[in-house]
Amino acid sequence: MSILGTRVVRTEDALFLTRGATYTDDLVDDRLTGALHATFVRSQVAHGRVLAVDASAAREADGVVAVYTAEDVDLVPIPPGRPMVPPAMTRPWFAGDTVRFVGDLIAVVLTEERYQGEDAAELVSVDIEPLPAVVTTADALADEVLVFPEAGTNLMAAFGEPAPADFFDGCEVVVRQAVVNQRVAPVPLETRAAAAAWGEDGRVTIFCSNQGAQQAKAQIAGWLGLDPAVVHLVTPDVGGGFGAKIGADPEFALVAWLARQTGRPVTWVESRSENLVGMLHGRGQDQVVAIGGRRDGTVQAYSLVVDQDCGAYPRLGPVLPRLTVLMAPAVYAFPKVHAQARAVATNTTPIGAYRGAGRPEATAAVERAVDLFAAEIGMDPAEVRRKNLLPAFSEPHTTATGAVYDSGDYAAALDKVLAAGGYGELRAEQARRRERGDVRQLGIGLSVYVEITGADNGLGAGESAGMEVHPDGTATVLTGTSPHGQGHATAWAMIASEQTGIPVDRITVVHGDTDLIPRGAGTMGSRSLQQGGVAVHRAATELVELARQRAAEQLEADPADLEFDLGSAALGVRGTPGTGVTLAQLAEQEPLLVRTRFDAGGPTFPFGAHLVVVEVDTESGKAEVLRVVTVDDAGTIVNPLLAEGQRHGGIAQGVAQALLEEVRYDADGNPQTSTLADYPFVSATELPSFELVDMATPTPMNPLGAKGIGESGTIGSTPAVHNAVIDAVAHLGVRHIDMPTTPMKVWRAVQQAQQEGTH
Amino acid sequence: MIPGPFELVRATSVDEAVAALVEHGDDAKILAGGHSLLPLMKLRLAMPGVLVDIGGIPGMSYVRVEGDEVAIGAGTRHHELEKDAVAAAEVPILPCTAGQVGDPQVRHRGTIGGTVAHGDPASDLPTALLALGGDVVVQGPDGRRTVPLTEFFLGFFETALAEDEVIVEIRVPRTGSAGWAYEKFTRRANDWPIVAVAAVGHRTGGVGGPYGVALANMAGSVVRATATEEALARGASIAEAAALADEGTNPSADMHADQEYRRHLARLLTRRALERAAAA
Repeated sequence: MSILGTRVVRTEDALFLTRGATYTDDLVDDRLTGALHATFVRSQVAHGRVLAVDASAAREADGVVAVYTAEDVDLVPIPPGRPMVPPAMTRPWFAGDTVRFVGDLIAVVLTEERYQGEDAAELVSVDIEPLPAVVTTADALADEVLVFPEAGTNLMAAFGEPAPADFFDGCEVVVRQAVVNQRVAPVPLETRAAAAAWGEDGRVTIFCSNQGAQQAKAQIAGWLGLDPAVVHLVTPDVGGGFGAKIGADPEFALVAWLARQTGRPVTWVESRSENLVGMLHGRGQDQVVAIGGRRDGTVQAYSLVVDQDCGAYPRLGPVLPRLTVLMAPAVYAFPKVHAQARAVATNTTPIGAYRGAGRPEATAAVERAVDLFAAEIGMDPAEVRRKNLLPAFSEPHTTATGAVYDSGDYAAALDKVLAAGGYGELRAEQARRRERGDVRQLGIGLSVYVEITGADNGLGAGESAGMEVHPDGTATVLTGTSPHGQGHATAWAMIASEQTGIPVDRITVVHGDTDLIPRGAGTMGSRSLQQGGVAVHRAATELVELARQRAAEQLEADPADLEFDLGSAALGVRGTPGTGVTLAQLAEQEPLLVRTRFDAGGPTFPFGAHLVVVEVDTESGKAEVLRVVTVDDAGTIVNPLLAEGQRHGGIAQGVAQALLEEVRYDADGNPQTSTLADYPFVSATELPSFELVDMATPTPMNPLGAKGIGESGTIGSTPAVHNAVIDAVAHLGVRHIDMPTTPMKVWRAVQQAQQEGTH
Repeated sequence: MIPGPFELVRATSVDEAVAALVEHGDDAKILAGGHSLLPLMKLRLAMPGVLVDIGGIPGMSYVRVEGDEVAIGAGTRHHELEKDAVAAAEVPILPCTAGQVGDPQVRHRGTIGGTVAHGDPASDLPTALLALGGDVVVQGPDGRRTVPLTEFFLGFFETALAEDEVIVEIRVPRTGSAGWAYEKFTRRANDWPIVAVAAVGHRTGGVGGPYGVALANMAGSVVRATATEEALARGASIAEAAALADEGTNPSADMHADQEYRRHLARLLTRRALERAAAA
């Protein structure tokens, strides 16, 4: 029986749960002996002219070795890096003339001890003349105050055209709604950290917490004008990323640059408060949905207009709405789909990828629109969905926006989740509560989703892998993916074991070292298994073939006459017992290793359906999630335990966005949620046990049949929870409440609906 | 997230702690469980020059019956109070409330004296204590004095505790089987209350007639719902009395709740607390 598809317990966890992993800030490495500690001085003003930065007092403080400000740095400012973004939207290393968000870098203090850094940083005197701040996308689109006056506009990118005037002609019903997909903070348990040391060989070793060493290395080398050959980047264990650790941050490059300037190793780890303003945020879309159709439930036209907040500097922000536009048609057979997006600069923390990155926004929009349409025509939202879903397909399907879905059966996913949830009985219970006028009302929310995973992130839709068998019978797998919680050490070992017969606990998975693994695209966009895992599968297969050639020479046999015995990891002549030579024996004679690469034919499109039950206290407005039932079809599952872990985490983050989390700024651009006392990330106490339903439709895009699973939970659960909360108070006249559906917002919506109802 | 420099004095007796406070004046702060003070210091919102650690003083953690009262040592941690059998029998609102403070880590470090001294308007135990009535026993350079709980919480992080005084004990009336309820409204289990209401029935009169009712986060400090208490004493129904709960309050507005919503929650939670207390 194959090990694939079985619940192999995570090999990583013994270490993670006992001694703890080695994160960047935990490193004990000779190269970092005597390192200086970097403490950044950040802007406390969202938008302003820098009049003076005086570091003289800080330079005299205890333990201070150096202080660097804008005038001490001769590096070329960071270009936007995206062809569609105006070139004037560059990022200075330190703000010398203008600060553009609370958290913008102004100076860095280098001290012998870390605690001395915070004391000295307070002594850097910064004089800023505040300017009006661009806080919302509406502020930005007005183009009255410009984040980059030299660019002449706040617009970073635009996709698509406005809908034609006759777009909804012929529809009996048209519903329009402004929908906020709020800004959220990724909040990885491990904040950002970096360390760097230059060797006598002229090379720099950079350790940093990221989601792909090779990409981070390329960026840092490019920014600093270094020959990539002198940069050795190492990714130690990483405690969560969620997209916000893709690539490198300017702070990482500065740590390397400062190490060269001072001739000493430099380390940096940020505090949680610094993380909440300095690390990339996610989402941040203001949407307008419009949906039109017939009263029989047939949707004829759907339009989505997106205004993406990119924050102060272009990172992935201007790219995200392209994915939202691409996925706008979603799971539906709507005859007409229109999607348009604008991406703008604001005086806020830059926006990057966050679990789903552009796709959850598309799903949230259309799933809210379908519910609004169902409510308007008085039809069950499950029925409206069923009427409009694409029929099952096994040949590629091309959508109105040009996405090519690989395989899908959305109606089956919906039917499965409705059956598993007991949809009919739930609606009956809801009706009873409504009839009785209960204080606690039931809300039932649905979503059906399709998403794109393993899309080409600019480094190709493929991944590298290597495998070496050692003379002692153990093996090393090299991967270009970059695990930060996913369980690659377990899954990649399973895949290699399945091909080579070497037990999982004898296989070590190595990642995140650019000297050992020069090529890799990293872990993001739910790509790792379907590309990196498949590359490992290929490496293991090729390794057995290499061994077959060598064994054939040794045994003086035709390679075709050799059979590979998984139980003993040995090749022998078919029908001649006792002739076998093991992989380990072959490795003793000559290194037995392969390096290979798998290029996927294209992305895959996982899909599923979520059903969420909430109870809303109509007197206080507080919603409690009672049940989350999900079907998440990610093709063939290699390890159900790991897949369920990904679904659990994803669902939790979706519930969090729907109910709790929001990064907030005041009208002057001051962050209101810069500690975890103010930023309410979700914990287990707010979540029920999840009811996960199996469904697996293999993809033809790779030999494992696997699609991505990392982001599905978030994409499906966010709109299902959101719809459920609104559904709970829909009978009171409530049509829409923006996320997060806080108690105050729900209470106020009920109050307003009742007032309108009595007029 | 690193505090400014400070000197640490480890007191081995209350007398020593008081002497240290006298010596260092307003530059000194008492360190008990540290779960209110240390976060403020890490954010550099508080930068005391001297911390007087009373955590090592023996005999500051206890719950015992003394006549009609329950005496609680100021060093009693929330977790100890939550699990205490005497408290459960004699003044059950306190262990129930203690079990809702923060998360397990906070409850294993934070102390009742610390939370009372901190004077946070959104704190759980002070709300329940204020509903109970009773006294705070403090020790200063001139010895001990007793301050009624109703006169202890003066304003935003402001209490009747002088700079050179240490809380040594809290004394509350035994309520036994009288009805009580603590209604805490949060978005997440480990949060501070957006609004909370404590209601306690009194066997012997005590504070405010048949019920003592106190509110968290409805003013600069925890406050009593005087209008509600008076209405109940007059014989008003729970619904009528609860409708007056926000009278005289001045709640703050933040991202969780504006003033109107907080006032609504105060009325709603007071009604629910009184209904639960009456049903007990």
